[in-house]
Amino acid sequence: MDINTLRGIATIFAMVAFIGIVIWAYSSYKKKDFDEAANLPFADEENDEKTAREQHDTRSNDK
Amino acid sequence: MSTATTPTAYNYKVVRQFAIMTVVWGIVGMALGVFIAAQLVWPQLSFDLPWLSFGRLRPLHTNAVIFAFGGCALMATSYYVVQRTSQARIFSDGLAAFTFWGWQAVIVLAVITLPMGMTSTKEYAELEWPIDILIALVWVSYGVVFFGTIMKRKMKHIYVGNWFYGAFIITVAILHIVNSAAMPVSLFKSYSAYAGATDAMVQWWYGHNAVGFFLTAGFLGMMYYFVPKQANRPIYSYRLSIVHFWALIALYIWAGPHHLHYTALPDWAQSLGMVMSLILLAPSWGGMINGMMTLSGAWHKLRTDPILRFLVVALAFYGMSTFEGPMMAIKTVNALSHYTDWTIGHVHAGALGWVAMISIGALYHMIPKLFGREQMYSVGLINAHFWLATIGTVLYIVSMWVNGITQGLMWRAVNVDGTLTYSFVEALEASHPGFVVRMIGGAFFLIGMLAMAYNVWRTVRQSESAEAEAAAQMV
Repeated sequence: MDINTLRGIATIFAMVAFIGIVIWAYSSYKKKDFDEAANLPFADEENDEKTAREQHDTRSNDK
Repeated sequence: MSTATTPTAYNYKVVRQFAIMTVVWGIVGMALGVFIAAQLVWPQLSFDLPWLSFGRLRPLHTNAVIFAFGGCALMATSYYVVQRTSQARIFSDGLAAFTFWGWQAVIVLAVITLPMGMTSTKEYAELEWPIDILIALVWVSYGVVFFGTIMKRKMKHIYVGNWFYGAFIITVAILHIVNSAAMPVSLFKSYSAYAGATDAMVQWWYGHNAVGFFLTAGFLGMMYYFVPKQANRPIYSYRLSIVHFWALIALYIWAGPHHLHYTALPDWAQSLGMVMSLILLAPSWGGMINGMMTLSGAWHKLRTDPILRFLVVALAFYGMSTFEGPMMAIKTVNALSHYTDWTIGHVHAGALGWVAMISIGALYHMIPKLFGREQMYSVGLINAHFWLATIGTVLYIVSMWVNGITQGLMWRAVNVDGTLTYSFVEALEASHPGFVVRMIGGAFFLIGMLAMAYNVWRTVRQSESAEAEAAAQMV
């Protein structure tokens, strides 16, 4: 096989992998997991701090 | 620390040690920077002593700020973040202590050997082979401690900040070991295992990824923890952070050739490096926007919180320098900018504006928590530090832009008969005012660090050992 065919395949593979990651990251079934993960920095706080933040944080988490 | 034996506490001892040494090495490294900046204004300052010459002190400055200041900041924050987001004590107290003392030994050896003129001559990898071996041992231990802690985690997920820290640790290990491969001829002298253009390409594959993984991915790990924490709201988009991570690590590794434009490196490799550098703008700005937007709805906090201001201005400088970088990687722009002060200005936009400011913000957040205090001794001093750092960085960058463009234009100017319009020394003379302003900017930044040292010292002194012990307890 010509080395350039291999290079072309590698480029397509990288593109497919990237698109795959984007689809995976933005698929709705991962939303709950990601919300949990996004809150990890706050998971070890005292509870009163946490409620204070949750009341303050009125944004939706759909982004 | 007596908490070290209770399994319900985090290991804050190693974090405290690294955090304090970050401030110490920051002052040493930046003072060296101001000194060599002064040498460019007054060359007599080398006093004709070889160990005070610019050529020997400049690598000491870069090693001190990148690996001593930046390295300690990364190790302090990564040990803190990985423990707290995993809710697990560090993997091995003994190995963690080895990473601290081993890393300090590396820095002390650099302080001794570089002024003596012992150098492998590879930029940002000047240390000779016995020290390189010690670095490799410390770094692999660091990786074991970090990933060991992740394996111990009580939480289901691995927080995205830890992904960035993890990528930084693995990649720096590979970069260091490959680029430092050398044939020793004596205890203090070795020659690179690579030759010619290959050696240059390996060097800048290392050099650019030292920027990409040491100075970017590691500090992005810091950003993904401390910006949400200080703003008291989760990251703007966790999904974007995942795309950001994979895109950034996949692209950075290709950008190295832009350091070798118009050299003996094959032309196609130069063009590849340029194109990859341009594409790199996308993930860089994706990350910057993700950090900035975390503040949406909480911008008012910037008015009262100088720590948050440090973190957000760091992101602004990150955005600026990751725009400037791809522009400078374009071959035609590089023809003007390369070998001029513009490059030095660009590096410091990243180093002072991004790396130092995000570290300083993270330290101001972390140090009171490590020592069981409500906040730093003086918030007013943090605010003063913020303005000193910002003004210092702006003076530095602007003077180097002016100098760089002046130099680039003077060097390329030709008369109608094809001879050069200016001699080199005329361009040097024209650069003198810029050198003065740069020195003043650096001094501003250094004074800010001294204010920080005083603030940290007072905060630590106020802390009682019972408070500090209680702070390390897991909730």
